[in-house]
Amino acid sequence: MPDIHDPEAPTAIRVVDLVRDYPRPRTSLLQPAPVVRALRGVSLEVKQGERFGIVGESGCGKSTLLRLIAALDRATSGHVIVEDTDITRLPECRLRSLRENLQLVFQDPMSSLDPRMRVRDIIAEPLVVQGHPASGQRVRELLEAVGLSADAGDRYPHQFSGGQRQRISIARALAPRPRILIADEPVSALDVSVRAQVLNLISDLVDELNLTLVFVSHDLSVVKHVCDRVAVMNAGQIVETGYTGDVYAAPQHPYTQRLVSAIPTLQRALSGATTADLLAKGESA
Amino acid sequence: MNDVLTVRGLSVTVRDTALVSDVDLTVGAGERVGLIGESGSGKSLTALSILGLLPEDVRAGGSVRLDGVDHELVGADERRMSRVRGRDIAMVFQEPMTALNPTMRIGDQITESMLIHRSRTKAAARTAAADLLELVQLPTGTLRAYPHQLSGGQRQRVVLALALANDPALLICDEPTTALDVTVQALVLDLIVRGVVDRSSALLFITHDLAVVATVCERVLVMYGGRVVEAGPVNEVFTRPRHRYTEGLLAASDLESTSRRLTTIPGNVPPAGRFPSGCVFRTRCAHATALCEETPAWTGSETEGFACHHPAGVADA
Ligand SMILES: Nc1ncnc2c1ncn2[C@@H]1O[C@H](COP(=O)(O)OP(=O)(O)O)[C@@H](O)[C@H]1O
Ligand SMILES: Nc1ncnc2c1ncn2[C@@H]1O[C@H](COP(=O)(O)OP(=O)(O)O)[C@@H](O)[C@H]1O
Ligand code: SF4
Ligand SMILES: [Mg+2]
Ligand SMILES: [Mg+2]
Repeated sequence: MPDIHDPEAPTAIRVVDLVRDYPRPRTSLLQPAPVVRALRGVSLEVKQGERFGIVGESGCGKSTLLRLIAALDRATSGHVIVEDTDITRLPECRLRSLRENLQLVFQDPMSSLDPRMRVRDIIAEPLVVQGHPASGQRVRELLEAVGLSADAGDRYPHQFSGGQRQRISIARALAPRPRILIADEPVSALDVSVRAQVLNLISDLVDELNLTLVFVSHDLSVVKHVCDRVAVMNAGQIVETGYTGDVYAAPQHPYTQRLVSAIPTLQRALSGATTADLLAKGESA
Repeated sequence: MNDVLTVRGLSVTVRDTALVSDVDLTVGAGERVGLIGESGSGKSLTALSILGLLPEDVRAGGSVRLDGVDHELVGADERRMSRVRGRDIAMVFQEPMTALNPTMRIGDQITESMLIHRSRTKAAARTAAADLLELVQLPTGTLRAYPHQLSGGQRQRVVLALALANDPALLICDEPTTALDVTVQALVLDLIVRGVVDRSSALLFITHDLAVVATVCERVLVMYGGRVVEAGPVNEVFTRPRHRYTEGLLAASDLESTSRRLTTIPGNVPPAGRFPSGCVFRTRCAHATALCEETPAWTGSETEGFACHHPAGVADA
């Protein structure tokens, strides 16, 4: 069962009517180049200490939304408020406290970890960038927190497996002691046995460090396991928000219904569901 | 009826490293069989061995026989294998562009493949191509499209149409929906199953996704470290696993459990050549004993059994 959240709890992240248009590369000489409406007016609220999921299929705008929340990109219109500060149009020099309080983990650790840097320098990097001294002690603490041995710090990213690299990027994210952790498809590239390890690690760290978690995935089963509440996105909009258990068991929006019924699960299959049942609209396990 | 595919003692090696060892695998006529395991288990190499598509430096040993083909497929020359592929066996891989010609219209690709392997008239092949597109629920206009004008899911449906074009006795799918969104996956899986059922074709379906294989297949083989460690009907293997790897895999994928902590398998899948001697799983197995340093024998029949010294589901295990 999801934790019942206190509606009075302070807000960690508030997104109001967020729009992001991208210029689209011309594909036809006959048609004018329109914009890609990546976000079409997204609003959501994440409470402090909450585990909030965002689910939707590829291209629906999940990563765009996260980049705006992390101030890595500029909104076309709308607002992002993180811990009472409207960050939407802050200049880079005033984003320093956001950069400490809010950290990101991405799907593919190989492309987000500099291959020429030793793991200890990778982990210490956010501290260096923010002008804090990066002690060897802190790096060892972080390595231990993510289940890597202390000598891992001396090696390079390519010497690790996919799951271990994801542990390294989690250690780096935790280095500045953020209050908010944002994870963009953190387990989507991992094998089942390693996925379970990394999901447990994220869950444990969120508990121990009292983090607010925003967890993005195309896989509603994973989101349901990790998160208390979920927003379902389709084509740049949130079509449904609710407690994950409720959304999964009784989806309200037709798109969510289609999404939920398309998810193959062992339970459904073993009780006789066929591929035709994956297409059955509005039906869930 | 004869079994469509009979693989015996298949091994795959690269230089001195064994990548696949002693795989036995049978697919009956019209049967849907799944091959599962985490990445690096040897699933794709097993499929490529059957198809005669292994890379240059990789060698297959053992035997692969196909009903109605009067020669051994292991070691057969490319001239004979290309006749078998497309006529008796067809395949769908994860990346549809490996099977499509980027410079050719979809309709021409389908008719060409039908004309190569079957003596049909051009007009008959054209009509059949339109029918096939309808079967995979693509509009007739797709005939005139080039691959780059289609989405990933549409391309995979074209590849499936191509694969079904000659009513193969066996369709091999290797992670056909792994790159697709879940609602698109649902459609493609359903088209695959209906495609093989309507033709009474057999299916060998490779995936790392247990829920997908349970939805698509009747029987399943579990691979780890280049070996088949367990086999049996989907309902048996997934409800009463015997091999400790199968048991661990099922527990680790159980996202439905109410507990926030998932059961995990310690460590990672080792790279090729780094699996232990004896039971390939013993470096990650909580039940391993000294006995597991010896390769466990296969217990059970060819279609249903396991290779484990201390199997799950025994009272004193
Ligand atoms: N930098 C960019 N330039 C142009 N279009 C973009 C850019 N980033 C994303 N898009 C487009 O915006 C839409 C949403 O993308 P994204 O947020 O990455 O989706 P998701 O993470 O849900 O897969 C897609 O149509 C994508 O092609
Ligand atoms: N051409 C090759 N040369 C050397 N090793 C290979 C080659 N092809 C595959 N392998 C290795 O063989 C093992 C099994 O590969 P594969 O059959 O692709 O696994 P799966 O499909 O189960 O993920 C992997 O460890 C892989 O790295
Ligand atoms: S043979 Fe031994 S090591 Fe292998 S799975 Fe069985 S108990 Fe574990
Ligand atoms: Mg994304
Ligand atoms: Mg493979």
